[in-house]
Amino acid sequence: MSHFFEQAPGYLPILMQGVYLTVLVTIGAFVLATVLGLVWASMRVSGIAPLAFTASTIIIIVRGIPGMVILFYIYFVMPDLGLSLTAVQAAIIGLGIAYSPYMAEVFRSGIEAIDRGQTEAALSIGMGWGLLMRRIILPQAIRVALPPYGSTMIMLLKDSSLASTITVAELSLQGKLLASSTFENTIIFTLVAFIYLAMSLPLTAFNSWLERRLGKSR
Amino acid sequence: MSIIELKNIRKSFGPIEVIHDISFSVKKGEVVCIIGPSGSGKSTLLRCINGLETYQGGEIRVHGDRVDTASKSIRHIRTRVAMVFQRFNLFPHMTALENVAEGPIYVKKEPREKALEHARELLTRVGLAAKADSYPPQLSGGQQQRVAIARALGMQPDAILFDEPTSALDPELVGEVLAVMRSLAAEGMTMVVVTHEMGFAREVADRVLFLDGGVLVEQGPPEEVLSRPQNPRTQDFLRRVLEA
Ligand SMILES: Nc1ncnc2c1ncn2[C@@H]1O[C@H](COP(=O)(O)OP(=O)(O)OP(=O)(O)O)[C@@H](O)[C@H]1O
Ligand SMILES: [Mg+2]
Repeated sequence: MSHFFEQAPGYLPILMQGVYLTVLVTIGAFVLATVLGLVWASMRVSGIAPLAFTASTIIIIVRGIPGMVILFYIYFVMPDLGLSLTAVQAAIIGLGIAYSPYMAEVFRSGIEAIDRGQTEAALSIGMGWGLLMRRIILPQAIRVALPPYGSTMIMLLKDSSLASTITVAELSLQGKLLASSTFENTIIFTLVAFIYLAMSLPLTAFNSWLERRLGKSR
Repeated sequence: MSIIELKNIRKSFGPIEVIHDISFSVKKGEVVCIIGPSGSGKSTLLRCINGLETYQGGEIRVHGDRVDTASKSIRHIRTRVAMVFQRFNLFPHMTALENVAEGPIYVKKEPREKALEHARELLTRVGLAAKADSYPPQLSGGQQQRVAIARALGMQPDAILFDEPTSALDPELVGEVLAVMRSLAAEGMTMVVVTHEMGFAREVADRVLFLDGGVLVEQGPPEEVLSRPQNPRTQDFLRRVLEA
């Protein structure tokens, strides 16, 4: 134990370089997945059949392919098609795409949880589709969708380690490299585990705080 | 002059026709009550008037404008003919005051201050000035329905459609909502009310329509339709309602 506390501080700076990439990939992919998810979800609830069908098809395809394979595809296959990306760019885009179906489901279930009577009341005071969504449906759907949205972010934080498979030296890969050169497996992987935990616990706490708060106001 | 005019309306859900060739009109200041057994098409007919449902045959006109859900004019028509729902359908993320001011501010583009002031007056009118800052889940059913009536009035409509406004209420809360509706009728508001409250219909209605199986079976002043119904189906329905 004392060995751990003597050695650990020395490894932290190198692991922190990995933390930087982990955070970068997580936030980048989260933003992209949110945008794509919103697009898929709006297409699905648009009531326009070709749009809804296209979105459902994309969701089924993306959800059926492992995230790692999507990453390989974007990093190794795209260059053959003339599109070269850095490993970090490929990781952000790949994970963003891989997570977009879950985001779409989070948003769609939020929207569909809203009672039909809300739409009818909004229409009956003369609102159009835009006002209906902006003033009535989305403010309520966000309350429903926020908790699963937060959980998705935590899942994405952990799955950002997939980026290591396409050479991004994020936290898990940095740890593995460090461990194989120092043979301090216990110290280093314990540190890595704690750093992941240190990043996800605040998110979890924030999430349950949100859930309690939103639960109260209804 | 007729505010609402229905001519030979037919309405189907898929292959099943649920409204068969119904015509009637509602004049300014008139209170029309629609009664009839469950499933007879009362709600559907009401919802066709403000375009919440489409209809397949005939023509509905509001102030002469054709009600057509596919047309842009439908939004304007809906601001002229407000609706009060059985289950209130208040916006739960807004206070009572915001519920009433929402349409005036965002649909009619009235200045915010003016709309809020008017909304406050309307809440006072339905006896809920003290509840302006409450959210719907904090209100009783009767209070929610009175807010919903204030929300309808906020649009300054030419007519209000009520779809069984007291059916979802505990019996002791029915009176406060009917009282508000009575006062609206007394002030000359044009109203079409689907209701099971025969007492209200008898007292307030200028005309009662009896619907059965999607057919307008009988209509006339309440003292005729409710006291001396001509059609056996009306007689049968009223007998069952009065026994219950
Ligand atoms: N969305 C729908 N899809 C299919 N059929 C429907 C739909 N809405 C209503 N119907 C049918 O249309 C008929 C009329 O229904 P409606 O709700 O208008 O009756 P109602 O007179 O309002 O009854 P209640 O007193 O129970 O409210 C019923 O047979 C009903 O099953
Ligand atoms: Mg009904």
